[in-house]
Parts: sequence; C-alpha cells; structure tokens
Amino acid sequence: MAQRQAFGETMVSLAQDDARILVLDGDVGSSTGAGVFEEAHPKRYLQTGIGEQNMVAMAAGLSTLDFVPFVTTFSCFAVARALDSVRVLVAQPSLNVKLIGGYAGLLTGMTGKTHQMFDDVAIMRSLPNMTVLAPADEVEVRQVIRAVAALDGPAYVQITREPEGIIFGDDYRFELGKAVTLREGSDATLVSTGAQSVRVYEAAEMLARRGIDVGVLHVPTIKPLDEGALVRAATMTGFMITIEEQSVIGGLGGAVAEVLADRFPVTVKRLGIKDCFGESGPNDLLLEKYRLSAMRVAEDVETLLGDALKRRPMGRDALQDQWNAPGVRRDRSLERAGGLMEKHDG
Amino acid sequence: MSAELSLEELEALARQTRREIVTAIAHAKGGHVGGPLSAVEMLTALYFSVLRIRPDEPDWPERDRFILSKGHCSIALYAVLALRGYFPVAELSSFDAIDSRLQGHPDMKALPGLDMSTGSLGLGFGAGVGIALGAKLSGQQFSTFVMVGDGECNEGAIWEGAHVAQRYALENLVAVIDQNQLQQFCWRDPASVGRVPLPPYKGNDLARRWAAFGWHVIEIDGHDMAAVIEALETSRQLEGAPVAVVAHTVKGKGVSFMENDYSWHSRVPTTEELRQALEELADPVALSEAH
Repeated sequence: MAQRQAFGETMVSLAQDDARILVLDGDVGSSTGAGVFEEAHPKRYLQTGIGEQNMVAMAAGLSTLDFVPFVTTFSCFAVARALDSVRVLVAQPSLNVKLIGGYAGLLTGMTGKTHQMFDDVAIMRSLPNMTVLAPADEVEVRQVIRAVAALDGPAYVQITREPEGIIFGDDYRFELGKAVTLREGSDATLVSTGAQSVRVYEAAEMLARRGIDVGVLHVPTIKPLDEGALVRAATMTGFMITIEEQSVIGGLGGAVAEVLADRFPVTVKRLGIKDCFGESGPNDLLLEKYRLSAMRVAEDVETLLGDALKRRPMGRDALQDQWNAPGVRRDRSLERAGGLMEKHDG
Repeated sequence: MSAELSLEELEALARQTRREIVTAIAHAKGGHVGGPLSAVEMLTALYFSVLRIRPDEPDWPERDRFILSKGHCSIALYAVLALRGYFPVAELSSFDAIDSRLQGHPDMKALPGLDMSTGSLGLGFGAGVGIALGAKLSGQQFSTFVMVGDGECNEGAIWEGAHVAQRYALENLVAVIDQNQLQQFCWRDPASVGRVPLPPYKGNDLARRWAAFGWHVIEIDGHDMAAVIEALETSRQLEGAPVAVVAHTVKGKGVSFMENDYSWHSRVPTTEELRQALEELADPVALSEAH
C-alpha cells in the first residue's frame, strides 16, 4: 500500500473518534490520498481550491476555534508556495495546524522538477516551533498521523506517492522525537529518513552480503532531532553517512552534520540529491539516475568506506584487495584504525 | 455598555485615538502613521459599538472576532484596545520597544485580545475566512470582521480567500476595506508631479472587484462615524454571501500635513510636528471651554 493511501485511511478513522479533525484540500485530494475523507466526513472536508497561501491561512484561523486542521497538498506547494503563510500564521504563533506534504521527494508521478521538492525538510526544520516528520512506510504513516493529531502545535509530515516496501511490523511503536535503529552495524552508520529508509535498509542488507557491516538509523522525526541516538551511533561507528530523497543541502544531512559538529565530531558524508533539480521519468530510472535505489546506495556507501580506508597511511593495497574480494569478511580493527576513528586521534 | 455611546462620544474617542497614535509614533521614533489614521473611525466603531466583546475576558469563546489584516497599522488597534480597557493606556508608550507586548505588527501570543497575528499582507484575511467557516461548521453565532487595506488588495491571497468565502457563503464574515488610495510608495501619476491618491481605476476598483467575487458590497465614507456604524451593523444582517464594507478614507486623516501624503506612510513626526498634530486633533469642546 502506498503511504498516501494509508494516510487517507488514517484520517478517516481518526476523525471518527475526534470531532476536531478537519481536512483542507488544495484541489489535489484525488492525488494526496485525502479524498477518501470526503466520503466519510463530507462536512469536515474543506475544499479550498487552488490557493495554498489562503488554505494555510484558513487553517490557522480554524485552529483558533480548537479545530485540528490538516492541510493537504503536494510538498512543493505546502512548503514553497505557502511558506509565508506557514511562517507568519502557523509557526510564529505556534498554532495547531498540521501540514501534509504529499508527493514528497523524487517520485511524483512523472510530474518533473516543478513538483519534486527536495528542500521541504531543510526549509521546514529551519522554522521555530515546527515539528518535522518523514515516515518510512505505511505502518509508520498511520502512527505518525495519529501522533501529530495528538500533538498540540504545528507539524509538517511528508507523505510519498508510490507503493514501496514495508519495514515495520504490526508490533512497531513510533515515538515522536525518537530515531529507530533498523540494523546494528560496526563499519558505519547509515542515517536515513522517509521512504528512503526502506531502500537504505535494503542497501545495508546487500552490503552485509559483501561483508560490509553497516548500521541503519531511521530518523522519522527530523525536528526535534534525536541527538542522543546520533551521538551514540557516532560513538559506536565513528563514520556517519546520511542518505535521503532530499537535497544534500540543509536536509537530514545538514541536521546530522550540525548536531555532530557540535557534540561529537566524526566523519559525516551526505548522499542525496546533489544540488540539482529533478526531472520527469519512470520511478525506477529516477532512482537509478539520482542514485537513491538500494543498489546505487550500496555502491556509494561502499565507495565512501573504501575512500576512507585509502586514506590510511599504511597497508592500503592489502586492505583494498580485501575490500574488493566479495564475501570476504574484513578485518574491522584495521578498518577502524584507518578511516573510521581518525578524527579522534588528533 | 458601549452600544449606548453617543455619536459625539464616539467621535471624541476617535480624536483621542488619533492623538494616542501620533504620540506613540513620535515616542517610539518609528512605526506607521498614515494608515492607522485612516482606519480610526472604523476601529472605534467596531470596538465601542459593533463588536460583541468582553474586554475583561478577551478570550470569551462567543466574542465577535476582529483581525487587522493590514497589520502594519497596529498602533491604531492598540490605541483603541487600550481605550476600550484591554490594557492600560500608559502602555501605549511601550509600542515597538524591546520586550513590549505592543509589537510592530500584532502578535497574538504577546497581547491578549488579538484574534490573529498579522503583518504579512494578504494573510490575516484568509485566517478570517477560516474562522468564519469554522464558526459556521460548529454552529457558533459570532461574526468575524477583518480589516483589509486597499494596497493589501494587491496581494493575490486576498482573492484566493474572497473566492472561497463566497463559495462557502460565509455571511458571518465582513471585510472592512480601508480604501485610503495610497500605498507605501505608490505609482507615480504621470499626469501630476508625483505620488498622489488616485480615484478607483479599472484595475483597482475595489467595490466592483468585491462585487464581482459575489460579495455584498456597502460603500461608505469611512470617516463618517454614523455611516460606519450603520454599515457595520447592516453587514451583520445580510444573508447568503460575505460582506465587503468599502470605506473611502483619507490616509493621514485628521492631521492636515499628513493627509494624502504618501511619505507619511511611516514617518516620525518632529517635536514641532507632533505639537501641531495634537493641536489639530484636540477636542473642540475642550478648546471652546479653554477660551
């Protein structure tokens, strides 16, 4: 099931128990998944037309009457088009408005660069009072939506368009502000968010089959950031690689680099959209070209780890041979002494 | 209580509001003055006659809502709120000061009695549309008044909201348009020497524009207190569509050298200018008694 479908279903069931819940639609309810809400709760589905500044402003007004308005549109419009409304009427007075950014990331139904928003995390996390979330799969979407409905304050949630893999079971319990360790590993920690975490988890499994043991830390709450989890991971592996369906400027990578620069400086590498705009195209080819598929992520992580090892003053060739031999488990003590712990030695 | 104030008393309150405005701006050495002065009769009429409010219970749930969407005219709203008893009049001297509750633009988190934070033009109006729609959804009886500048109507967001408000037939929503015919820098009038108030022209004939969006429109002289009160009371009663009260006003109204001069959009009066302004704004009764 796609995240957007899970989102729509969750809104419907949430509103059955909570009369405060409203959905505002910027005329894309058939795309965002919000449309099913109109069938179930017609009076509480507010069609505000194609005018996102006004839609967000209306939500701000509605929130002062103790409604809990969910503003639903595409992430590009929720964040870029309506930013001034969000900043002045939602974030500054810290009103209880929930902003849902559909069609998040690269996969936007072949709409191309106008609709591919790679900066929403960077922009929204820079706003004081704003909680910023990017769930990984449908299981997490359901819980994130319930969590933001219960939260008294503004929140932004990315929701993706396409059906992708599921990493969480029914026993998963999302906790606002907590990162989730999807996989332990000692060579490096891959830090990801949103639907990209699913691909990163798969990449880590591929790397494991090649003898590379990386941890995966999924960060569904980008603000407030789970600094403790990042510092713990940095302490354990000393090598952090952020991977996201966002620009490498300012998003999760920026957030992680900021925290670790302040609290526990280790090597941080950022993978993601490399300061460029997107384009239209089939999903699989987009993920390949922008190097976000599990395979490309695995390759890039391997390269980064290899580069780190090359910087070792001694024994480079021997190590490189070992690195390149598939299925051969590397000597991790050497590896750590080389690339991973170097920052702390000085 | 205030519904029983006479026209003369309301006009005296309007003069006092203007005196507080120019005094506060001179004291703060900053802020806007022309736009606040054009809005005085409407704000006085709202807070002393039209709005159902409880100044000692500013968050009374059933109160009428008011949003100053032209948020840069905050000092006019602050002066009226102070005179109405929301906070001490003496506090007006803290306007724009560091840590003040009287921020340059209205901050609902800083000062009780503000129904929305505003300042970025075009947005407070949309919040009013949301409040009016919410009241309708929940069956609440209060009205929502939003004051919008004519310059503010340049903003596209105003027309996004005007469309939606009509679509939802928000008869509990009143937009009070302060049409003072000047903006911050305006357009240079090629037929004259400079930047002067222009009568409504095709692209910005606000009465026609709001009517074209399906709103009820009432046009008034925005400085005629009786007309202002009558229009605002009528606006509560009209059915089937939201109401735009298009008030023709003079920017800088009440101070001869500020009237219709765009440069007084935000300009600090000198000591001598303040003295002259206060003299022009003095109560005629008090003057005649003094002589």
